[in-house]
Amino acid sequence: MTDNRTLRWLLFGYLALVFVFIFAPILFSVIFSFNSDRFPTIPLGNFTLKWYQTVWNDPDVWEAARTSLTVSLSTATIATALGFATAYTDYRYSFRLKPIYLGLILLPPTIPLIIMALAMLAWFAKLGISGQVMSIIIAHSVLTAPFAMAIIRLRLSQMDPSLEAAAWNLGANEWSAMRRVIVPFCKPAIISSFCLTAAVSFDEFAISWFVSGLNKTIPVIILEIVTGNIDPQVNAIGSFVFLVSMTLVIIAQVVLMTRRKKEN
Amino acid sequence: MTDSDPSRSTAPAVKTFSIFKQTFRLPIILWQSLFFIGPLCFMVAMSFFIVRNYRMQEDFVMKNWAKMLGRDYFWDSYFLTWGLAGIGTIVTMTVAFPAAYTLAFKVSESVRRWAVFMLIIPFFTSYLVRIFSWYVILAESGVINAGLSYLGLGPFVMLNTKFGTVVGYMTLTLPLVIILQTFALSNVDRSLVEAAFNLGCRPFRTIYRVILPMARTGLIIAAVFCFILSFGDFVSPYYLGGSKPPTLPILIVDTVKSGQQWPRAAVVAVVMMVTLFVVAFAGIMAAYRRRVG
Repeated sequence: MTDNRTLRWLLFGYLALVFVFIFAPILFSVIFSFNSDRFPTIPLGNFTLKWYQTVWNDPDVWEAARTSLTVSLSTATIATALGFATAYTDYRYSFRLKPIYLGLILLPPTIPLIIMALAMLAWFAKLGISGQVMSIIIAHSVLTAPFAMAIIRLRLSQMDPSLEAAAWNLGANEWSAMRRVIVPFCKPAIISSFCLTAAVSFDEFAISWFVSGLNKTIPVIILEIVTGNIDPQVNAIGSFVFLVSMTLVIIAQVVLMTRRKKEN
Repeated sequence: MTDSDPSRSTAPAVKTFSIFKQTFRLPIILWQSLFFIGPLCFMVAMSFFIVRNYRMQEDFVMKNWAKMLGRDYFWDSYFLTWGLAGIGTIVTMTVAFPAAYTLAFKVSESVRRWAVFMLIIPFFTSYLVRIFSWYVILAESGVINAGLSYLGLGPFVMLNTKFGTVVGYMTLTLPLVIILQTFALSNVDRSLVEAAFNLGCRPFRTIYRVILPMARTGLIIAAVFCFILSFGDFVSPYYLGGSKPPTLPILIVDTVKSGQQWPRAAVVAVVMMVTLFVVAFAGIMAAYRRRVG
């Protein structure tokens, strides 16, 4: 292509603008959380911590934080276990109906959350397990298992297939080959899938809102505050939420990336 | 994703029943049947149930369908949702393309990896908080209008408009669409692009005649994902678009949260699923259709 310098810099400038658009809401939310104005705009008001103090002293928020933590850790555990089992099955076995088998785990993210929320609400009511923390955990596991599966499957495809066979030939049975060869090899992917599924669960609001009953998670609290009126508390809670999920995502990616570098 | 490596033949007990094998295969089948297929099938069934004295009773009547599909406001919502998601998809695909083009052709491998890394982050952060942030930024006395007033412009009404909704949709879809487009464009054979250039083809013509046809499959998949996400989102049209008239997802929320009419919400949900299925199917057909001419 023409190495036209002007065009090149125009494209870079455009790319930078797109990144500004993508990160502006995150950045502004953090800035506004330290801003004294009730309705933040420019020029900014004074620096303040009062929104954080309001949030800190709110027992509802603490309760919700505890629920969110329980939900996201349990979800991450279940989803990663399911994802690992499925990824291994796909890696090792071939059988008829495999496309259906894979569709079963990979399809949930393509269905709009609001539809999943309605379906889960009705189904849990039918089974008599609605309005519990457990209902959110189950729903989130269905939603996040595909992510776990994809990450771990990718890792397995980097493994030398003769590795497991070698372990069998050296006398390991299937279970100990699994424990000593497969699981250690997949460890970075397992850690990173744990973090990512926890992050998705921590931020999910539509399903939680529908099925949670009285056990509100943090995103549900945010949704309720936002529906009321403009309240900068949301920015304080939001910044906290961003901090948690970004930390999880960054850990996940760093674990995957450093491993890859070491092996190359 | 099948591995048919000959060394696998040493695997013990493949044909006979194996506890090991089933331990890894069965959990997801049971779990997803019970908590994924179960709920969706029940929802379809629920659209035929009946509500008496504020209680839902299992039944098989067409009443909910007749009631919803016979109302003008349902069809207003339906076409509004189509329109918004369609505009959102076109705008997002257009805005994303130069960015993806730059990432695919104009930067080094490591810059590209870092950019994709950055683009993954928003996907896992709270969409709700980002929308609330846009609400404050776009408001009549918000950051953008305050900034523009220094230039003697505005104020522009951006909230409760289609513009607001599309900004919200893009918050959700733009990072994903850029990633998918970048992957699609990265797979384009560089030597063909260079050949076109050496033969005197101008840049825009090269994009149109060489790059777009080769990246078609990936680009269509990006558009389909973008449409599905926008079509099913209730937050942007509600908080940034003003929800009047409501889109289909808002209709579901209102119906469920304001009463016991779950079966009618189920009708809306089934219509949405059928629509998205048709869109996805048409997209896949278009993506894998062999080129004519």
